[in-house]
Amino acid sequence: MSIEIKTTSIEPLRHTFSNVAARLGVDKPASRYQEATFDLQPTVNFHYRPTWDPDFELFDERRTAIRMQDWYTFRDPRQFYYGTWTITRSRQQEVAERNFGFVEKRNLLDTVSKEGKAKAAEILLPLRHLEYAANLNNCYITAYGSGTAITQATSFNAIDRLGIAQYLSRLGLLLDGNSGQALDQAKQDWMQSGHWQPLRELAETTLVTKDWFELYVAQNVVLDGLLYPLIYERFDAAMAPEAGSTFSMLMEFQNEWYADTTRWVDATIKTAVAESDQNREQIASWTHDWMQRCSAALGPVADRALGENQGAAVLDELRDALAQRLEKKAGLSL
Amino acid sequence: MSNNVFLALQNNEEARPLIEAIEQDNAEATVQHFPAMVKIDCPGRLVVKRETVEALIGRDWDPQEIHVNLISLSGNVEEDDDSFALVRDR
Amino acid sequence: MSAKRMNLREKYQRMTRDLAWKPSYQSEDDIFPQAKYEGIIIHDWDKWEDPFRLTVDAYWKYQAEKERKLYAIIEAFAQNNAQLNVTDARYINALKLFLTGVTPLEYAAHRGFAMSGRNFPGAGPQVSSQFQSIDELRHAQTQIHTISHYNKYFNGFHDWRHMHDRVWYLSVPKSFFDDAMSAGPFEFVTAISFSFEYVLTNLLFMPFMSGAAYNDDMATVTFGFSAQSDESRHMTLGLEVIKFMLEQDERNVPIVQKWIDKWFWRGYRLLALVSMMMDYMLPKRVMSWQEAWEMYFEENGGALFEDLARYGIRMPKYWEVSVKEKNRLSHEVWSVFYNYGHAAAIHTWMPDENEMAWLSEKYPETFDKYYRPRFDHWHKHQKKNGRWYNNTLPMLCQTCQIPMAFTEPDDPTQICYRSSDYEGMQYHFCSDGCKDIFDDEPEKFVQAWLPVHQIYQGNCGGASVPEVLEWYHLKHGQDNLEYLDSQDRANWLRWKGLTEKAEAVLQKAANE
Repeated sequence: MSIEIKTTSIEPLRHTFSNVAARLGVDKPASRYQEATFDLQPTVNFHYRPTWDPDFELFDERRTAIRMQDWYTFRDPRQFYYGTWTITRSRQQEVAERNFGFVEKRNLLDTVSKEGKAKAAEILLPLRHLEYAANLNNCYITAYGSGTAITQATSFNAIDRLGIAQYLSRLGLLLDGNSGQALDQAKQDWMQSGHWQPLRELAETTLVTKDWFELYVAQNVVLDGLLYPLIYERFDAAMAPEAGSTFSMLMEFQNEWYADTTRWVDATIKTAVAESDQNREQIASWTHDWMQRCSAALGPVADRALGENQGAAVLDELRDALAQRLEKKAGLSL
Repeated sequence: MSNNVFLALQNNEEARPLIEAIEQDNAEATVQHFPAMVKIDCPGRLVVKRETVEALIGRDWDPQEIHVNLISLSGNVEEDDDSFALVRDR
Repeated sequence: MSAKRMNLREKYQRMTRDLAWKPSYQSEDDIFPQAKYEGIIIHDWDKWEDPFRLTVDAYWKYQAEKERKLYAIIEAFAQNNAQLNVTDARYINALKLFLTGVTPLEYAAHRGFAMSGRNFPGAGPQVSSQFQSIDELRHAQTQIHTISHYNKYFNGFHDWRHMHDRVWYLSVPKSFFDDAMSAGPFEFVTAISFSFEYVLTNLLFMPFMSGAAYNDDMATVTFGFSAQSDESRHMTLGLEVIKFMLEQDERNVPIVQKWIDKWFWRGYRLLALVSMMMDYMLPKRVMSWQEAWEMYFEENGGALFEDLARYGIRMPKYWEVSVKEKNRLSHEVWSVFYNYGHAAAIHTWMPDENEMAWLSEKYPETFDKYYRPRFDHWHKHQKKNGRWYNNTLPMLCQTCQIPMAFTEPDDPTQICYRSSDYEGMQYHFCSDGCKDIFDDEPEKFVQAWLPVHQIYQGNCGGASVPEVLEWYHLKHGQDNLEYLDSQDRANWLRWKGLTEKAEAVLQKAANE
């Protein structure tokens, strides 16, 4: 060991951790996102097979049909680690809080007709249950997925979905004056009304889907990719003549959330697809399959939301738009 | 063995009125100072009351705000709109 | 329209469990396949009492406030090179142990609670688990970000993640969490939320963070206490899970008691690493391990178990052994690390005269009688013949994976050995506690990835120490060996302006 001591200045011995330097090069300072993400999930020398799944290791890349040389090729373009995520969301929740407060204080809901309120309740409130399924699905991916680059983002997504379910619930409580009647009615619809049943059946199917990457495609790519434009653009626009921007204000969080989340979803698919033809084919096949199922399940809801026989045409448009988005942003052609 | 509950708070500006409120409302509480931390023990039950804290800080205070400066606790938590309490159920 | 006021409890129920529904297109058993196989019987998930009532928007608000404060301090710490303010560079080794041993567990907890957050059939425990999951990710990441700055100036931190999965003493924490995660959701939450977080975590965080405060490491104090502010939520989850299982069906009681027994002992053995940190690695000591054990386990743990007595739960088995060991534990463990200081990613050293006096005072019945003579011998050996290291690999306990160095509960001069036979093989244990755990699930514990066995089987880069160190990514002469001759110490002296002394340290290291 030989080190020359020439100066008393305090020079760092290294710029970052070895595993990060191995990816970036030793001279590069690493970002907080990189240090908080790379290699966090253990990959070797597990002590015991899980009693709940003894054919696999505790963490096991074979839990999906997707194959990656390196699961840290994935990047979240938002560079969310816990700190940046929670600070971003806290800003958005401040806006949401102000919006709810404004609507409440100015009694803006009183300016909406009874039919308008009933329509909003009918379409928006059952979706809190769908968001709860989305929460569990992203939680599943967080539990069993490969690589912190994906699983930390899905863990944020899971909590986001619970947050959205809670914003929808607050909207319900605002509509029914905290009696809970609107939420009870919405739950009854979700459980029994014919036009919600295909969607509930679809949600329950996602809850038993085992391949976590397939679940990512089903939930985050396809179902969200159709549902969010349908509800938060088309339905919102359809409500505007009736309700002005009241409901848009109460749904602003979802809109902003969907915009940043879409960037991450596209980046994830782009990386997986670029890895190999096998991945590309697998993801294309899942996307195609879930596109059929999701648009069929959303059809009756779209009809209720936009008017009888409008749903099918709108869903065709949304499917095309999603396919174009995936082609353009993720390099996936169906 | 004691039936103490305890609450440990960061020793900072925000926690000081909380500690004062606890001392006001819990006659049997004992406050110990550690580096960067204050530990408050109390037999059976310890309560932080919204009203007392609000009187000390001159603004609205939500009992959930206590989580920002809370370090540790022992006992069963009872939380509502007006207080945050720790109890031993006997 | 005048809105009725909704209380916190009602509102929270609307915001969480009311979101769930009873499935009809798929069976509940298919949606929640892990709900029943552990034998826990739940009749009514609605009886679950939410341990805390935090909606997501409030969570973002409070957590963001904590994060802003924490990162402001981390930032200022780095800009001011505040690492130079700590009492002594020996202190940094406590942080090395923390990053390599504890931070990966925070991450494991993040994933483990995602598993239970998905697998519990009730929305109440799902949501509580999920918040804990995301909190644990916070802890892992804030620790990495705080310690990142130390990594730039000190050795031993640089490949913490790689080391955690390989280095001999790090298999102690790793196997602890692997054990919990490879169990079902109920055992996992009993293990981590109750036994570890509620009963024992004060013994991990309080000593580490008070130690950091005493030794002027304000960055670590900040991440530690900021993390602890989440921990109090986690503790209440642990207590609620236990009560819920016990109240749901009395057939759950013996299962829960067995888990409490197991995980108390597992956790206690893991904390042996903390005991040596408290008594040996802090240049300025806060309190002894014995004092901490009395304060946080005997007193508070005792009150807690009295609370649970009405459900038919008693103190964990072998808790009295932990009390018998409290004046020996840290000395025995530090001795192990001193023996194997050439294969560890921390520096080791012998306490100086003042520190020996402190140890005598804190451990009047044991220190002078059993440990001081040993330490005096090592001191002399070091002066005369250079630092001594043990080149024979130790036998490890099959369960806790700590080298077999603990003594008989009633005889501090005899090493405690226990063994069991299973399918024609003999397995060895450090204690009755560890033997019982094995005997209850031998098919699980025979799978353990025991570092010493793995070395002998040729799975760790080779059979010689240098080969194994290379495989560990442990830089010989930098990350390991005696503190007095270390590059860390030389740099420290140099940064403190003591250049000549620094030269001497480096010269000595180069000659060895």
